[in-house]
Amino acid sequence: MDKLIEQLQHNLSQVVGFIYPNEIELHWGILVVVYPYITGLVAGAFILASLERVFNVKEIMPTYRLALLTALSFLIVAPLPLLLHLGHPERSFEIMITPHLQSAMAMFGFVYIWYLMMVLVLEIWFEYREDLGRWARSGKGWKKYLHYLLTLGSLDHSEKSLRFDHKAVTFITIVGIPSAFLLHGYVGFIFGSIKANPWWSSVLMPIVFLFSAIVSGIALMILVYGLSTLIRGKSIDMACMNKLASYLLYVLIIDLSLETLDFIHRVYESVESINIMGQLISQKLFISLIVVQLLLGTLAPISLLVLSKFLRLPDELKRLLFFLSAILVQIGIFSTRWNVVIGGQLFSKSLRGLTNYKMELLGLEGLLIAIGLLVLPFIILTVMVKILPPWKDQKPAVS
Amino acid sequence: MDRREMEISRREFFQKAALSGTLLFIIGPKVKDSVAQVTESGETITHHYAMGIQVDKCIGCGRCVNGCKIENNVPREPFFYRTWIERYVITVDGDVVVDSPDGGISGFPETKEKDAILRSFFIPKLCNHCANPPCVQVCPVGATFSTEEGVVLVDKDYCIGCRYCIQACPYGARFLNPETKTADKCTFCYHRLAKGLVPACVEVCPTRARIFGEIGVRSSQLTRFMRFNELQVLKPDLNTEPRVFYANLDGAVK
Repeated sequence: MDKLIEQLQHNLSQVVGFIYPNEIELHWGILVVVYPYITGLVAGAFILASLERVFNVKEIMPTYRLALLTALSFLIVAPLPLLLHLGHPERSFEIMITPHLQSAMAMFGFVYIWYLMMVLVLEIWFEYREDLGRWARSGKGWKKYLHYLLTLGSLDHSEKSLRFDHKAVTFITIVGIPSAFLLHGYVGFIFGSIKANPWWSSVLMPIVFLFSAIVSGIALMILVYGLSTLIRGKSIDMACMNKLASYLLYVLIIDLSLETLDFIHRVYESVESINIMGQLISQKLFISLIVVQLLLGTLAPISLLVLSKFLRLPDELKRLLFFLSAILVQIGIFSTRWNVVIGGQLFSKSLRGLTNYKMELLGLEGLLIAIGLLVLPFIILTVMVKILPPWKDQKPAVS
Repeated sequence: MDRREMEISRREFFQKAALSGTLLFIIGPKVKDSVAQVTESGETITHHYAMGIQVDKCIGCGRCVNGCKIENNVPREPFFYRTWIERYVITVDGDVVVDSPDGGISGFPETKEKDAILRSFFIPKLCNHCANPPCVQVCPVGATFSTEEGVVLVDKDYCIGCRYCIQACPYGARFLNPETKTADKCTFCYHRLAKGLVPACVEVCPTRARIFGEIGVRSSQLTRFMRFNELQVLKPDLNTEPRVFYANLDGAVK
């Protein structure tokens, strides 16, 4: 508690103008920034995977299974930042057992379980069922047994059963797209429905969250597909990369348009909160909003992608530009989440002052834990790729 | 009965009425404000509590803030308040300067704008015990709730400490208790109400700037306050329907 008080004393010294005395403590820190960032990656990666299935985009086929596994890896980690942030994590299960149905947050458990079990796990299982059976029969060592276990005893590989698998996957994907929209749109709604906070309270919030999610998911898949292919020593499928980059560009433009619309709408309406919002942007969020989110995270990748699309560049250079854009987009989307979550708490609800956020380095809600939570999905993904190889080009050795 | 007799009896009637009216005015609120949960016939009475703030009477002494901290074991550090006082100074130029040093617990230092003050006043603040409370709406487990009497409470044995309610409160009335790690706020001193007492802040206010009572009870101090003053609530546009009513509230207060 002494540490908290020390931190609050520091915050108090940083206050500009007037804030309510209870507002000196900033309640949602870096972990609550990580949460929407991760769910956004999940929703984005899944929506990308769905494009191949539902809209039959053949070029991005190499990323289909990888995107599903990536989405699952991130989804497994998604509740952790929330759990670590709770005052009483041991009571977290109450959200599922005794949910207060009027609360947007109470839906978390249901949306999460639905998405995890009914969409991702089910889709992955049907997609891999045939392979699992084959690996269970022909594999070696512990993997053979693990694969057998994962088949759940379903070893029927008849024409009819495989047709059913295909149908099931397509059906789940069709259900999955609105579910992915729900997952991340709902996260946006958690913020957008808070009428007490003019920075958050916007009907566009769930939609902006959704499109920024798709942006981040596609950029993530460019990185994951590119890097995993390089690590495996295979050549990158440029048709796939070009298609991913095109999608990234289109969705970035939609995302930028929505954000701009939101901005213009606020400035034009110019309601009571506009002055403090202006101060917030110019004094507290200039670097993270204008420089990182807008210039580095949105306009720079749009320019790079436009260049790589319209100039005749060699493949190597194009790939480099795609990677660079994807990294910039990730930084930009993380800033977007930061600007929403932290930005929304840096001004007083009295609309008369600004406060400060000092991030801890160590500690349960510190930077190191946040970095750990962002690395963890990649560790899970590495393990998952070993168990469920998503590559179509490389069948495991048949004994 | 002739006309003269009629007049006398009328005079007597008015005298008696005035006397009993005065008596009722003195003892009435005491009787009506006391918290009687169950009548003799076994009926349960539901009270609808509210608070009135007479802005003109608050002198910013901070006794309410201190009284509340002592009564409710609110952490003494200057970041946790169930009630606090804000001072508004409106200058000749129209600038509004607001402060609340340590929630006003030790009163207020002299203003810096000494020569340029147009007007200045104190605003006691606390949970508004909204009839349409956004904090209750967002609580994912229902740990915060409105009682039948319209008091908004937090069950500290049930709260998971997600802090969504703190974000949802437009008035900054909630904080996370650093000891229990759960959401905390004004309870209208619910434990005192159950004993027929008024909240601690009302009890200790030396100028009777705070008036506590029941809505709908005709002869109470609160009803009198509500009848003879123009009332305002904080942030009415948010449709939270506060049950803390301010008399003569300046438009600068948010």
